[in-house]
Amino acid sequence: MNLTLKVWRQAGPNADGHIETYPAKDIPASASFLEMLDIVNEGLIEQGEEPIHFDHDCREGICGMCSLTINGVPHGDERAITTCQLHMRHFNDGDTIWIEPFRANSFPVLKDLVVDRTAFDRIIASGGYIDVRTGSAPDANSVPIDKKDADEAFEAAACIGCGACVAACKNASAMLFVSAKAAHLNKLPQGQPEKDKRVLAMVRTMDGEGFGNCTNQYECEAACPKEISVDNIAKLNRDYLAAVAREATV
Amino acid sequence: MTTLTRSLCAFWNSSIGKKIVVAVTGLIFIAFLAGHLIGNLLVFVGQEAFNEYAHWLHHLGHGGAIWAARIVLLGSLVLHVVATVSLTRANRAARPSYAKEDTIQASRSSRVMIWSGLTVLAFIIFHILHYTVRVDSQLAELGKEDPWKMVIVGFQNPAASIFYVIAMVLLCSHLAHGFSSAFQTLGLNSSKTRPTLQLIGKAYAVLICLGFISIPISILFFGYGN
Ligand code: HEM
Ligand code: FES
Repeated sequence: MNLTLKVWRQAGPNADGHIETYPAKDIPASASFLEMLDIVNEGLIEQGEEPIHFDHDCREGICGMCSLTINGVPHGDERAITTCQLHMRHFNDGDTIWIEPFRANSFPVLKDLVVDRTAFDRIIASGGYIDVRTGSAPDANSVPIDKKDADEAFEAAACIGCGACVAACKNASAMLFVSAKAAHLNKLPQGQPEKDKRVLAMVRTMDGEGFGNCTNQYECEAACPKEISVDNIAKLNRDYLAAVAREATV
Repeated sequence: MTTLTRSLCAFWNSSIGKKIVVAVTGLIFIAFLAGHLIGNLLVFVGQEAFNEYAHWLHHLGHGGAIWAARIVLLGSLVLHVVATVSLTRANRAARPSYAKEDTIQASRSSRVMIWSGLTVLAFIIFHILHYTVRVDSQLAELGKEDPWKMVIVGFQNPAASIFYVIAMVLLCSHLAHGFSSAFQTLGLNSSKTRPTLQLIGKAYAVLICLGFISIPISILFFGYGN
């Protein structure tokens, strides 16, 4: 198939970016989106031009490294997949495809389509962990956990930290990510002792990183490749209120 | 600073804290609107019923109740507006725009909250000057003796009635998102209850809107009370 690409090109963090148009010729429908970009890049390299820079690693939907906002939607229009799992058969011959970086001021562009998502790492470092000696894995069921809690913690833990929630949010809010990372620990007995401390620290770091505020439009949930539920956001709101109340009174 | 004031400042300065203030004040308005509408609809029961209600309202608790309500509502309004304007500014500052924008599923109402809100704010100021402060001397005279007549004469003014209707339609839009949104902000929902709350919110928004606009429409277009 033959396509027209409208790609965001930006030489470096401080350079001005712009949209550049490229033809993508003879793309097999079985190619993944990233393979399509590989083919286009080979052509660019042959012509002595700078290839289009983009992030990727596992290319099997588990690492969260690939990004790209495709036609205005992070990871493209298909639900519940990452860009690396998106295939060209979902497009039509002759389509024009807009490819932009994940946009948020807290995710500054490094080059072309590559953005700096280390703000997420700083949020995790501020509280997304448990202060215990880990040792080897405990015996199964040595700590009894409700099926419901175990399921919800597991679903929250499915977050791969790709940042699509931020990129989809009209306010570049990181609430879905932060709430999932807080919930998967807060739901479990191991996470209880540091729950308040974790919630306060993660929310404060999130605010300090300059992410926007959630307006409950749920674009994040719709864009999430792992279908993380906004129930986690409701829970974080509740937990934050309780943590602030305890901090103020105790 | 004491621990408590420090915590309150931190709460107000946090994204979730400010949103909780918006949600609580929003729910106060939602409760108020329901009561205000029921009272206002007495205008259709008759002159006597409406005037009795107005008299009762102004003398409840020796005139203290209405002032208590006014203080709570005005305080809530200031908090709601200051918080939402500040949140909206922060939101705009957090996100550069896409060359190609798309929206997956966010409703139109949810995307124009600041505009529906600011129109409602302009309306609230106008409405208070119109019927509470009564800057118009004719309405001020009527208000003392016959509040029912004041409402009728007030809405015989087409400009006032049309602005009222426009503001109520935008209030409907504000509530269509705001009602269920407040429950999410307060963490009082889940994926099981969310669709039901969204439905109730939309039904409430439509009922409030139709209820309020029925008054100026009946007076201006159907000559009610003439
Ligand atoms: C009778 C009047 C009003 C009612 C019943 C009302 C109700 C609500 C409710 C229930 C919410 C949802 C809260 C949440 O998401 O947690 C909300 C949000 C909002 N309101 Fe109002 N409101 C009123 C007046 C205003 C005014 C005068 C403004 C003017 C600026 C305003 C601006 C906003 C904005 C921008 C939001 C979205 C906030 C956010 O999610 O960031 N509202 N309102
Ligand atoms: S490259 Fe690992 S999730 Fe896409």
